[in-house]
Amino acid sequence: MAQGQMVPGIVSGRLSSDELTSNFTDLHPPLAPHEAAVAADRCYFCYDAPCVTACPTDIDIPLFMRQIQAGQPEAAGETILAQNILGGMCARVCPTETLCEEACVRETAEGSPVEIGRLQRYATDSVMAGGAHPFERAAPTGKTVAVVGAGPAGLACAHRLAMLGHDVVIHESKPKPGGLNEYGIAAYKSTNDFAQAEVDWLLGIGGITIETGSVLGEGVSLEGLSANYDAVFLSIGLAGVNALRAGGVDKDGVRAAVDFIADVRQAGDLADLPVGRNVVVIGGGMTAVDAAVKSKLLGAEHVTIAYRRGRDAMGASRYEQDLAASHGVKIMTNVQPVAVHGNGAAAEIELEYTASHDGQLTGTGEMVRVPADQVLKAIGQTLEGAPEGLELDGNKIAVTGAGRTSIAGVWAGGDCAAGGEDLTVTAVAEGRDAAMDIHASLNA
Amino acid sequence: MADLKTNFLGIESPNPYWLASAPPTDKEYNVRRAFEAGWGGVVWKTLGAEGPPVVNVNGPRYGAIYGADRRLLGLNNIELITDRPLEVNLEEMARVKSDYPDRALIASIMVPCEEEAWKAILPRVAETGADGIELNFGCPHGMSERGMGSAVGQVPEYIEMVTRWCKKYYDRPVIVKLTPNITDIRKPAEAAKNGGADAVSLINTINSITSVNLDTFSPEPSIDGKGSHGGYCGPAVKPIALSMVSEISRAQATHGLPISGIGGVTTWRDAAEFMALGCGTVQVCTAAMTYGFKIIDELTAGLSKWMDEKGYKDVSEVVGLAVPNVTDWQYLNLNYVAKAKIDQDQCIKCGRCYAACEDTSHQAISMSDDRVFEVMDDECVACNLCVDVCPVDGCISMVPMAAGEVDPRTGREVQPDYANWTTHPNNPMAKAAE
Repeated sequence: MAQGQMVPGIVSGRLSSDELTSNFTDLHPPLAPHEAAVAADRCYFCYDAPCVTACPTDIDIPLFMRQIQAGQPEAAGETILAQNILGGMCARVCPTETLCEEACVRETAEGSPVEIGRLQRYATDSVMAGGAHPFERAAPTGKTVAVVGAGPAGLACAHRLAMLGHDVVIHESKPKPGGLNEYGIAAYKSTNDFAQAEVDWLLGIGGITIETGSVLGEGVSLEGLSANYDAVFLSIGLAGVNALRAGGVDKDGVRAAVDFIADVRQAGDLADLPVGRNVVVIGGGMTAVDAAVKSKLLGAEHVTIAYRRGRDAMGASRYEQDLAASHGVKIMTNVQPVAVHGNGAAAEIELEYTASHDGQLTGTGEMVRVPADQVLKAIGQTLEGAPEGLELDGNKIAVTGAGRTSIAGVWAGGDCAAGGEDLTVTAVAEGRDAAMDIHASLNA
Repeated sequence: MADLKTNFLGIESPNPYWLASAPPTDKEYNVRRAFEAGWGGVVWKTLGAEGPPVVNVNGPRYGAIYGADRRLLGLNNIELITDRPLEVNLEEMARVKSDYPDRALIASIMVPCEEEAWKAILPRVAETGADGIELNFGCPHGMSERGMGSAVGQVPEYIEMVTRWCKKYYDRPVIVKLTPNITDIRKPAEAAKNGGADAVSLINTINSITSVNLDTFSPEPSIDGKGSHGGYCGPAVKPIALSMVSEISRAQATHGLPISGIGGVTTWRDAAEFMALGCGTVQVCTAAMTYGFKIIDELTAGLSKWMDEKGYKDVSEVVGLAVPNVTDWQYLNLNYVAKAKIDQDQCIKCGRCYAACEDTSHQAISMSDDRVFEVMDDECVACNLCVDVCPVDGCISMVPMAAGEVDPRTGREVQPDYANWTTHPNNPMAKAAE
């Protein structure tokens, strides 16, 4: 029997299994073949298409649209995957509204772009449904490359290296590969354990070994990897969470949004997953939206996103903000947390209104208190556990060219490396390009 | 509100839209539904000679090609003439005509090329009260293998001969339906006129194979693994039909011969175009087969509205308006100079004009780093391809240059007078300008 939304505190089973199942189905159901044909037909096959320019992985979008139109979605899928081996996941999680679809001339013309993301999913699903892996490995080179981290950047790098004939060993600290695809992506964007299915499919190229539970700095060291392998690619992500500077953040019920999201993703039964009645998410990015929407889907009564600047400054796209709003999430802007109050456990959060002067954010002194038995911190992740000796650029690993670090023979990409947006698709591009550079340098 | 009442060869109908002789007019049931829906007339599905009727295949009779969203653009059929007994058809025709005296009812006929055959059937058709007959010299499939249909329509002498028989044994209007499967449509039209035909109707369907099954390698529609060419119709054939109609309208020998236009009429605009090229009525089939009889509401309302906007009171005023403007290439004004102009406010920066011009035409469109596409007047020959491929209606237009301006492509001044190829210095056959 579901407990309902009104039960105070952080409890599980607020909703019935049926409600939870329905809440966590695909945000965008897959296109049926006729729908896909009609949707793809809207593509104008632009010259030097702006959508391709806008795609971090340079997928030849007009070509794959035309292949769908011509009745060969599998060929369309191969066009995508040749550029972006995680094209299936990117089709689900890319903020297309700020990338390819924003650049689509149909967006200019009629405010309604070609549904590139959904069509990419249609095409890549067609390939994966076929089962066979579409790419073949080149003749073995006898070289072996170590990849640290089996997230999007690491997987993309590993696949490209394997395709070029190198052997790859991926060291992954978590029990499962996939990185944020597995532990971080909104569950309603990647259903049916797609992340693992995609990894399995990707490994179909051969030549890639994944060693899970292998933690850099514990069992393995960069020196050791450099000595034992022909090259090293670091894609360790951002394992740390920024600290929330406010009082009472040690109270029960205050935790990192990424951990909450990971729990949702790994939950065997969503009914076992506890969620507050009044949830406040601190932050303004995609993680904040994901955590807020998930809280709502799990049955929280009130969910609020509290962001310290204005809506325009939010990292989450307008589309994501609207997604949150449509799920009943309240978005408060220009408020910053001052303290979490409660007797041992969080009960409410005190926020101060902010004003921005010349880009400097200051508190106005006016306070507001919002009931909060659960506070989720989504104020950004930070590099943690980076090996000594690597030059940093700000808080990330400094790279030049296609991911070359300050140490010869060591490349880096994905969220841990400086430059580029922290997006799955950017990580894939960086992994792929680093692989090409590693390949060139191994052949030199 | 413009009156769509039509008088074609003395046959009156409340509007110029007739259903063509085809599956939709095969029997009383359908024809009554058509008349109830508001169709002006029907040409009854082609009657054959007395005796056991023809048989049709028992597999697919139609094949299609599609545009986006399975919009049917072209239809192909291998159905034969009516496969119901002559007597049944005649009885039904008489009943329908008597119940709908204000509608046109035309009997389509196809019997062997023998005088006796025509002599036998014509009085029986006359008894039904039908307003006229249409000689089916057009069907390109099946019946043509038996020396009928297009097999007659492809031999002007036969057309003239059979038309003569019909005028001899039948005293109401005789319309000759022409096949487009011929090199020069003017010859059969002329033969029909010489035989005494009151009108021609065209086009009948075009020999076609709509597709090939790449698993079985059978043409579609496939009958047990084999296919036969069918007759092609629908929106895709309209340009061919318009051209053939215009040829008959403007040829000296057939100018003024009434025409019932057929071929891809789908909206009121198509009908208006056929009429402007000389058709007194239009016949519709594929559009009705695709969408049902209800399309007549749009066809009539649209034509009427357009006529109102243009100030035409009677459909006869529209007939032939475009005919004087159909000419031979040699008479086109070579002093007319236009340049493509891209409206930057409407441009959505797809670059299709650029790709088309750069790859396949005259390299007359420039592209900047920020995707501004502009026409280079010194290269533009005004071919219109950019207009045709632009997805935004009205974004690119062809702007004529005024006399006295210098065409930057040729460096020559645009001349105010008309001059064509017949007097052009590059023409070895040029006549001296007078």
